[in-house]
Amino acid sequence: MQTIDLADSTLRALNKTLYAQSETTNQTQWEILNPKGAHAIACGLDAPIEVTVRGSTGYYCAGMNQKATVNITGSAGPGVAENMMSGKVVIDGDASQYAGATGHGGLLVIKGNASSRCGISMKGIDIVVHGNIGHMSAFMAQSGNLVVCGDAGDALGDSCYEARLFVRGKVKSLGTDCEQKEMRPEHIAILTELLAEAGSDARPEEFTRYGSARTLYNFDVDNAGAY
Amino acid sequence: MNRQTPKGIPHTTPRQSATFTQDVNSDIRRAAATGIYDIRGGGAKRKLPSFDDLLFMGASISRYPLEGYREKCETSVTIGARHAEKPIELDIPITIAGMSFGALSGPAKEALGRGASAAGTSTTTGDGGMTPEERGHSSKLVYQYLPSRYGMNPNDLRKADAIEIVVGQGAKPGGGGMLLGQKISDRVAEMRNLPKGIDQRSACRHPDWTGPDDLEIKILELREITGWKVPIYVKVAGARPYYDVTLAIKAGADAIVLDGMQGGTAATQDVFIEHVGQPTLAIIRPAVQALQDLGMHRKVQLILSGGIRSGADVAKAMALGADAVAIGTAALIALGDNDPKWEAEYNALGTTAGAYDDWHEGLDPAGITTQDPDLMARFDPIEGGRRLRNYLKVMTLEAQTIARACGKNHLHNLEPEDLVALTMEAAAMARVPLAGTDWYPGKPGTTY
Repeated sequence: MQTIDLADSTLRALNKTLYAQSETTNQTQWEILNPKGAHAIACGLDAPIEVTVRGSTGYYCAGMNQKATVNITGSAGPGVAENMMSGKVVIDGDASQYAGATGHGGLLVIKGNASSRCGISMKGIDIVVHGNIGHMSAFMAQSGNLVVCGDAGDALGDSCYEARLFVRGKVKSLGTDCEQKEMRPEHIAILTELLAEAGSDARPEEFTRYGSARTLYNFDVDNAGAY
Repeated sequence: MNRQTPKGIPHTTPRQSATFTQDVNSDIRRAAATGIYDIRGGGAKRKLPSFDDLLFMGASISRYPLEGYREKCETSVTIGARHAEKPIELDIPITIAGMSFGALSGPAKEALGRGASAAGTSTTTGDGGMTPEERGHSSKLVYQYLPSRYGMNPNDLRKADAIEIVVGQGAKPGGGGMLLGQKISDRVAEMRNLPKGIDQRSACRHPDWTGPDDLEIKILELREITGWKVPIYVKVAGARPYYDVTLAIKAGADAIVLDGMQGGTAATQDVFIEHVGQPTLAIIRPAVQALQDLGMHRKVQLILSGGIRSGADVAKAMALGADAVAIGTAALIALGDNDPKWEAEYNALGTTAGAYDDWHEGLDPAGITTQDPDLMARFDPIEGGRRLRNYLKVMTLEAQTIARACGKNHLHNLEPEDLVALTMEAAAMARVPLAGTDWYPGKPGTTY
């Protein structure tokens, strides 16, 4: 285990060291101490390493992550794992706004709650939230899966495209052009896999699926009120 | 029934309304027939105060000119040395503005890269990600970081020579992009991760930050991901240039791209293009003022865009304080957009060469603003690149001609004192005197 203490090291030195790890590095386990809410910790990683941040992080921790696993033992600030391409990010606490925004791939697990706009413009990422999520989550979500074991706030899935949204609890309101969908066997299979990987004991059958009604995909004057 | 005017009563000439003009009436009829606002490409078409309203005074007894062709007039510019390890070094201060693959064909993007590289300048991606054609043919490529984040990935980010965070665009300050279904081909759909054939509307705000304090942190993240190597530009529309430039500098930008309302777009509501934003002439001096007030003029470079067409426009922009300019629509025209040789086809589309702006429909006879394979095949990227290089060279020679006439051995040495204005509006906006006077309209404390 390699340890970097941000009380003694700069952010630049930390990220440079982590980014320098190659595909075949044998230094695969890293620990970061004293994050104290610093921004951009462990962003842009591109190697199959596992980084554990002991504490809470500021904005954009694990942003644009590729291949790496990043664990945050505290809570995460806005934009955690934004634009993630692959790999895995696990947050023991809560996540602030825009968690997993525009993510293209990989798995983001939030063991607490996620604030507003979780999964905004997601493009293929899988997100599993053990708790609740805030308003406008999955806004303009393009693809991927958002799994919410608790409740969802207002305007879930507003203007979403082909992302799949699974909620076990209540949805305060659906956004424009988002509707309840049929749960088919393939969706149960997706949920089963994601819940297992995220360490949740929720049962797939308890979830409801939501997605795009596709009425806004092309301009239509009869839908003008929805724009 | 006799509808003739009774004999002997003078005939009244039919009078068109100045309010309900033929253009306005056709807009009303179109709206009534379709139920949707008019969408088009390009920038503001209305008559606006512009660089045409400014003149250089040239040399005289009190100003000593440089000898054309013999005494050197430099044109190079360095962009982004504030924080970046590798600032962009350009031979000429005319760059190619961001235009997306999707809005433009792959060969058109390739031609932009070829032409820009041959002229020693940069080109810019757009709202659709980075294509191999463009990266491969651009010696210096600026990668736009847009609200949609279509195609955004760290690998392409690290291939870029600079990053341009797009906050706004002159044609639509406060609006997001559009790409209608006709142009969402298989390749475009795949790059953008969208269903094929939908009418795609990009977000108008970034999904993971709001406000200047967040922008500062976003810039930090992008610098960390790219190792602090490349410059980070911030592009803003000409909305509130003094404050936007101030805040972008505060957030850590290495360069500011400022886009006036004549700046083009691939597709936006006509009402947006014509009624939101400010003319390019009106936005440059407040932006320069912001840079000067913070002691950052010439340290954070200002790249001005929006209706730049000629070396005269380049020289005027630089005299007013810009470090460089960017061209979009003019570059497309150089490639062959709106060329009269396609007049018959423009007529078939209900328009004429020079007026064609339905770029969103994907039917461009010139094969530039389309994803249609047959139309794209009409466009030769090698020839297009050559034409763009020629055009950029001519603009540069024109700007040098003016600078030498003003006694300047670098385009950056042009200054507001070299200019006069033909109209009071232009004088007030450019903060130069009305021609033949020492009156600066609008300048506090001055009267004539």
